[in-house]
Amino acid sequence: MKELRLMKGNEAIAEGAIRAGADGYFGYPITPQSEIMEYLMAEKPKERTGMVVLQAESETASINMVYGGAGCGKRVMTSSSSPGISLMQEGLSYMAGAELPCLVVNVVRGGPGLGTIQPSQADYFQTVKGGGHGDYKLITLAPASVQEMYDFVSLGFELAFKYRNPCMILSDGVIGQMMEKVEIGDQEPRWSDAYIREHHPWSTLGKTPDRPHNIITSLELESSRQEKVNLKIQAKYRILETEEVRYEMIDCEDADYVFVAYGSSARICQKAMELGREKGIKIGLLRPITLYPFPVKVLHDLAGKTKGMLVVEMSAGQMIEDVKLAVECRVHVEHYGRFGGIIPSPSEVLHALENQIIGG
Amino acid sequence: MTEEIIIAGFGGQGVLSLGKILAYSGVMQNKEVSWMPSYGPEMRGGTANVTVIISDERISSPVLNAFDTAIILNQQSMDKFEKSVKPGGLLIYDPNGITHHPLRKDINIYQIDATEEATKAGLTKVFNMVVLGGFLKMKPIIAPEFIHKGLEKSLPKRHHGMIPANEKAIEKGKEILKPYHLV
Repeated sequence: MKELRLMKGNEAIAEGAIRAGADGYFGYPITPQSEIMEYLMAEKPKERTGMVVLQAESETASINMVYGGAGCGKRVMTSSSSPGISLMQEGLSYMAGAELPCLVVNVVRGGPGLGTIQPSQADYFQTVKGGGHGDYKLITLAPASVQEMYDFVSLGFELAFKYRNPCMILSDGVIGQMMEKVEIGDQEPRWSDAYIREHHPWSTLGKTPDRPHNIITSLELESSRQEKVNLKIQAKYRILETEEVRYEMIDCEDADYVFVAYGSSARICQKAMELGREKGIKIGLLRPITLYPFPVKVLHDLAGKTKGMLVVEMSAGQMIEDVKLAVECRVHVEHYGRFGGIIPSPSEVLHALENQIIGG
Repeated sequence: MTEEIIIAGFGGQGVLSLGKILAYSGVMQNKEVSWMPSYGPEMRGGTANVTVIISDERISSPVLNAFDTAIILNQQSMDKFEKSVKPGGLLIYDPNGITHHPLRKDINIYQIDATEEATKAGLTKVFNMVVLGGFLKMKPIIAPEFIHKGLEKSLPKRHHGMIPANEKAIEKGKEILKPYHLV
């Protein structure tokens, strides 16, 4: 039997990084995700696997250290919360342009501005619509449990390297701070330099005599060549959109109404479903796990089978735009949200469904 | 079996660690558990609360607005959570510092003089385990051997010498729990 531990979501990210065989973590503290670096520092992964953990002087420095490590083909990561992630947007755009894989964790707090340290999901637009400049996407994973916080570290690295693109774990203060049971996996080895040279020949890990210099840059001043760079990146995104969509569907088979929610809101919706079914209301849940690529087709199909959808987010209504695009007006869609760090209660969410969808 | 619990009091009373020991003991007994704290600018003297869920099934929301049991350790928490106990549910409180005692008639209410007892017995460090004992008396959902394992997992190794004192405090809590209002 595998080892079971009671862990905070943030601690699960940190242990998941060590066990996934990550090479480096560069970060700067901010609530509600500071336990990630605290845990890594306390665990001394340099002694366990050789992994480097470094507190940078700022978030801007962190993401650029990640750029450097990723350029060498190393599995490197950073984490922060909303205001810190805003500071990293330039670096993320550069990495997408230079086709560099990395993992970034955002444990979202309420904004705008410094906002609050309490949970929020108001960074959806920033994450999936491109917080930085240019035509790029972040592969975005939305964990809804502490186990998924742990599991998505290795999944995130896998997808980032498969598509040579930054990957974001979009979490929030609820999932980061709560404790749940986690099944801890085996220690994966860190990649050797020989492995990296063989499997990621684009990396700048030292030139071998048999090939020209590798150059990693997002700068290409010749427009026709820059367009080719963009076409290549876009072609990758089209593959991602067909191959990598992940979602969870709960009790949708007989559902008259469907909640659409991710992360902690999806957990709250599950309780609201239980309360609703006790009252005889047949409710299902569609939980996107990848926010990019978004589960467009499954939502489109579901739209033809249900009477209404309520999109529940701790924001003023962001993911609802993607839901509406997916369902193409085939079903009534409304949004319910709280913001500023307020977590909606399950009964409040059920009321919203009754008022806005069933009675609306 | 699903038990949804709110534990609330002052920061420094060991509210979060009480919840953690209960949740870890649940893990040891192969239950599903969740532990969701109020986090933020709380500190010693401020308010702190934690929602703990222990279940035989997958847990849906870690955030709740109605509870099977409320364990209340100061007046602010009484003001906030007395109304959140489900009808027929359980409220356990330490009367020390309580100026407005609970008024609900549709729930079972017990008092536990944990502050007084812990001070008298020189067990102030394990005050929260006296409270846990009171809870386990009413809801024996975790067997003593798994509480022992939960303590081993929750406490740092350097404090394992304190486990017998913790277990003694739990037993004390079971003895001193007394009914205040029963349905």
